[in-house]
Amino acid sequence: MAAVRVEAVLAAAEEQEAEKRRSITVEKELELEYDLGNLLAVDRNPPPAAALRGAGPRREALLQALARDNTQLLVSQLWELPAERAGGAGGPLVAQLPEPTFRLPREKPPPKPRPPTRWEQFARLKGIRRKKKTSLVWDEQAKEWRRRWGYRRAGGDPSRAWLAEVPAGADPEEDQFARLRREKRERVARNELNRLRNLARAHRAGSTVPAAPLHPTGHQDRDELRRVARVARVSTASLGRFQPRLPKEPAEPPSRSGGKKRRFEPLLGNLAAERSRQLEMLRDMSRKKPVLDITRAVNKQMRQEEAEAAAANKGKKQSKRGKRGRRQQRPGRSGKKSGARRQPQQQKAAGGGTGG
Amino acid sequence: VICCYRKPKTKRAKRFLEKREPKINENTKNAMLIKGGNANLTVTEVLKDIYAVKKPFAVLYKRKNITRPFEDQTSLEFFSKKSDCSLFLFGSHNKKRPNNLIIGRMFDYHVLDMIELGVEKFVSLKDIKNSKCPEGTKPMLIFAGDVFDVNEEYRRLKSLLIDFFRGPTVPSIRLAGLEYVLHFTAVDGKIYMRSYKVLLKKSGCKIPRIELEEMGPSLDLVMRRTHLASDDLYKLALKQPKSLKPKKKKNISHDAFGTTYGRIHMQKQDLSKLQTRKMKGLKKRPAEKSVEDGEASPKKLKSA
Repeated sequence: MAAVRVEAVLAAAEEQEAEKRRSITVEKELELEYDLGNLLAVDRNPPPAAALRGAGPRREALLQALARDNTQLLVSQLWELPAERAGGAGGPLVAQLPEPTFRLPREKPPPKPRPPTRWEQFARLKGIRRKKKTSLVWDEQAKEWRRRWGYRRAGGDPSRAWLAEVPAGADPEEDQFARLRREKRERVARNELNRLRNLARAHRAGSTVPAAPLHPTGHQDRDELRRVARVARVSTASLGRFQPRLPKEPAEPPSRSGGKKRRFEPLLGNLAAERSRQLEMLRDMSRKKPVLDITRAVNKQMRQEEAEAAAANKGKKQSKRGKRGRRQQRPGRSGKKSGARRQPQQQKAAGGGTGG
Repeated sequence: VICCYRKPKTKRAKRFLEKREPKINENTKNAMLIKGGNANLTVTEVLKDIYAVKKPFAVLYKRKNITRPFEDQTSLEFFSKKSDCSLFLFGSHNKKRPNNLIIGRMFDYHVLDMIELGVEKFVSLKDIKNSKCPEGTKPMLIFAGDVFDVNEEYRRLKSLLIDFFRGPTVPSIRLAGLEYVLHFTAVDGKIYMRSYKVLLKKSGCKIPRIELEEMGPSLDLVMRRTHLASDDLYKLALKQPKSLKPKKKKNISHDAFGTTYGRIHMQKQDLSKLQTRKMKGLKKRPAEKSVEDGEASPKKLKSA
């Protein structure tokens, strides 16, 4: 009896639950696809075409019913998301949306990283990092903290400087104020020129135009002129072999077939040259001094290692001593003197080895 | 980085340019609503209603612009560049194409996709007299009909409509504020766009029961001409920078039952120095310790 009663109670409870849930359940043939990040739902079920073909209010009612069903499903999904009360217990219920999954095209192409400027390349090679400067500087004269530059700067207004010292080796008749003004103008112009050059370099690197023709006037830089001169010389019928050269141009053009290693001389040509080459080779073999200049090789290797170490330590915190400290820290490693010191030792060993 | 040969001289100008430059996480797309040379009342009303829906992220041009987008796109591209809008809706009317709407989007200020739609029936916001939802509400979007996946043009149209009506991307949303839903049904060569206001009614359980009330613009559309981007241009536009890809967490794995496993990599342990349970009797006395450590504990000896 008790068992039956329990079963009846459970069945009644289930009925109640189902009754409650009936108001929010929707029957669909195919499940909808949801993209909750975009609040999007896609229903693949074919809508009842025949019913919708009829005009007027019946169509509207059908569309509204369809919309209600789909919205109910979407809202059920949204209510399943992890939610919390924003701003304490009394605040509104806020759900965390996932990332949108539907792929939409971008507005603009993604930004390309710009190539480093000449200074940035040098700084990276040497391991120089930016010193964070304080925004305020103590002004001794005014006895307060003033900005480093700008309105009411620490050193006083530079346009109202009434004293300009004549430097040691300068002409006593020269107008110092005019000199200072001129130098400032030159500095500003040089900075602007370098900025534009960096911009042009970045732009050129980004656009990858292979062989652009020479700019009409003014903005022709060294590399461009060299490239264009080479192209002009080679554009004759004989590919530039009989072109007269300018006084300062290098004598032999760099051969198209390659550098030093890929130059093939004809077999039977210059007998004298061949003889001299063979004799030189024999002379080199019997020489006491090594052909390889070890000093230079060692210095080159050390510079390369330094650059690599600087690049590797870029992320790590550097010691306060900086580049001078690093040089002093490794006394035996850097400098030509130590390299040269190594050389006679090695040479003696080699000489001893071969001699003995 | 703003690289142009003219550096901005004020902070405001710099901010203006920074807003427009390409970014990794992009701004919300703006839409421009333009009237053609011969726009009639219906088309004008449509543009005004869509402007109301898209309010902070749209620009409605007042004057008529005599252009033909399908023939010449330079004028549209110029507008897009000036107002930094990547979506547009152009309305016009002539005998051959009555009540014409051209909906489109741009990539890098050049036209990517354009689809021409004809408005057969239009019910405006003003015609339906009831309370509306607040301006700038993020709408829920629902697409019904298998045509939206089968047909290529309809697929692009779906993508365009999502892009158009999506609004800003938000990390979290107030559940009571889901008030607006746009429902697109594609049936029989026609697309029915309906907007409803959502009323959340009490149901027995946590999830509320939905009742809809028609409000807002409702359009019956017919697809006319299309100008879709080529596949490779579309793929280029879809490309996202690598930094946006979610980073994988290493050394974490999940099994079928939902348990999370983590891996810890240890160095080789010296088992002789392993610390097991502390037993007071086995503790080293100061004399023994000094023999082991050497000069490490002279202080201790002194104090003892």
